[in-house]
Amino acid sequence: MKKLVIAFVMAALPVLAQAAGDGPHLDKAPVDLHDQASLQRGAQLFVNYCLSCHSAQFLRYNRMGEDLGISDEQLKANMMFGTDKVGDTMTIAMSPKAAKVWFGNPPPDLSVIARARGADWLYTYLRTFYVDEKKPFGVNNAVFPDVGMPHVLWELQGMQKAVMHTTTTEDGTSHTAIVGYELVKPGTMAPAEYDAAVGDLVNFLVYMGEPTQLKRQELGVKVLIFLAFFFVLAYLLKKEYWKDIH
Amino acid sequence: MSTMKKFMAWVDERYPATQVWEEHLSKYYAPKNFNFWYYFGSLALLVLVMQILTGVWLAMSYKPDATLAFASVEYIMRDVDWGWLIRYMHSTGASAFFIVIYLHMFRGLIYGSYRKPRELLWIIGVIIYLAMMATAFFGYLLPWGQMSFWGAQVIVNLFAAVPFVGEELSVWVRGDYVISDVTLNRFFAFHFLLPFILAALVFVHIVALHKVGSNNPDGIEIKKNKDENGIPRDGIPFHPYYTVKDIVGVVGFLMIFSAILFFAPEMGGYFLEAPNFEPANPLKTPAHIAPVWYFTPFYAMLRAIPPMFGSQFPGVVVMFGAIAVLFVLPWLDRSPVKSIRYKGPLFKIAIAIFVVSFVVLGWLGVQSSTPTKTLLAQIFTALYFAFFFLMPWYSKIDKTKPVPERVTE
Repeated sequence: MKKLVIAFVMAALPVLAQAAGDGPHLDKAPVDLHDQASLQRGAQLFVNYCLSCHSAQFLRYNRMGEDLGISDEQLKANMMFGTDKVGDTMTIAMSPKAAKVWFGNPPPDLSVIARARGADWLYTYLRTFYVDEKKPFGVNNAVFPDVGMPHVLWELQGMQKAVMHTTTTEDGTSHTAIVGYELVKPGTMAPAEYDAAVGDLVNFLVYMGEPTQLKRQELGVKVLIFLAFFFVLAYLLKKEYWKDIH
Repeated sequence: MSTMKKFMAWVDERYPATQVWEEHLSKYYAPKNFNFWYYFGSLALLVLVMQILTGVWLAMSYKPDATLAFASVEYIMRDVDWGWLIRYMHSTGASAFFIVIYLHMFRGLIYGSYRKPRELLWIIGVIIYLAMMATAFFGYLLPWGQMSFWGAQVIVNLFAAVPFVGEELSVWVRGDYVISDVTLNRFFAFHFLLPFILAALVFVHIVALHKVGSNNPDGIEIKKNKDENGIPRDGIPFHPYYTVKDIVGVVGFLMIFSAILFFAPEMGGYFLEAPNFEPANPLKTPAHIAPVWYFTPFYAMLRAIPPMFGSQFPGVVVMFGAIAVLFVLPWLDRSPVKSIRYKGPLFKIAIAIFVVSFVVLGWLGVQSSTPTKTLLAQIFTALYFAFFFLMPWYSKIDKTKPVPERVTE
């Protein structure tokens, strides 16, 4: 048995190595769905900065309110800017057709973006816009090269320049990589503050990807405790029946 | 006579209720030495029932329409009461089904459960496995995510590799020139139909099993040694002994199943793939298309075979051949003994190589291909087939141990 386990671990090693070496480096997002204040701040950022180009058509305002401890009145006063009702989902007025003309691709719906991209990717993406005059909106992105989205949060972060480093390998091919960033125009937030704000936003996006996840885990604990008891009973029952089989 | 007995007598005159109960449960004698590996048959049945029930309930809210399908899955996840639980049971259940079936098949391999007189039992099992793969394939299109779409595109294109009629065949399967709403509709219809055919096949599988009797870890025919009442000396009634034992297996399985369902339903992107949370987009090919994990060993074989005469057909033949070879397995094994317990070192080495090949091919199937990985896939594909094609030779010359008269503990 032990040999078998070792064999399986050895077989898994290349997979792990592969996973670590793929794509650009991603920073770890500070996701904590139990931190309701962070989720509320994230929701605030989301409705102010994202929810005019991006929809979240699978999330209802009052579902979010219920899960994040925001009353209907607070929702209406602080988070809803159109004629939507609290039971509506987060749709936008911009038509996909017009959006395609403006951005090249219509901005995707963000309801499940955290599940498609992963929290770390989003956390890195939103912090690695850098000045690139060749692009229509004057910015490019480290994890999403040639992205069609402008740096919407620039007011908060400011504008940063990428510090590039070119390495030449033995066979003469050169490889340029971003090694750091330099703030060229400060924003309203200090860098640490901005990171925390993006952390809140990503936390909210993770919540939005699967609003039931906390309830799911809570129920899971109960189910496993029940099954553990059931297992003992089932085992004793089996033992009782089998005691006369030799 | 008590009322209950009177009632049963009334029923039995009209329907063989007591007879069926006795023949298949209370007087069906199973070997008393079943071990860990014998849990997976009953577990497979459990998962099948669970998949059918959760599937029917999902179908009540799911919309097989290219413009609505993706949203209807999220509707189930968010707005349908307990919809998220039913959906996760179904998606985790799909992977669990394959894990259970692979272990069930492995049990058959190591204890020689495919050998005479169980050839038909094994063949019916292989047919069930094929039906199950078809069901899983049709079902995977339904969430209408990027992987659903492009995975189906790749698999249906395999039909296009068939010489002469390939193009027409693939259009016939899709009902369109690309995977479209038409394809989604028919896949939904098949995904709903096939599980019931699967259930019927399982019934036939059990009928065949109860005709020949269960094999056991010693590979001994318990029917050859009966007492004066005609009851196998090494047999015990399936009910209550194996029903109470299988309950333990079921609860153990449910613990692992629930741990995944409630705490890691995506299973690191293997049970629910990340790109499938993006709606299907026919204009945007994902960077890396890989089928779900349970198909990857066969996908790796497909990619391992280079195109010949400008056709991918040889790869398709090899891929389907990997499953087709299972049909002839009962006649490839020439060993005088059934169980691995009494087989010699050659078989043990062969089965170890086989298991490693299957697992490595599965891993290669999720990787993007590089020359080294293609070479690896070719080597392990060859080893996979060598297990079967060399079996008549190594099973014959292998040094076996004597088989005991009665089952051992």
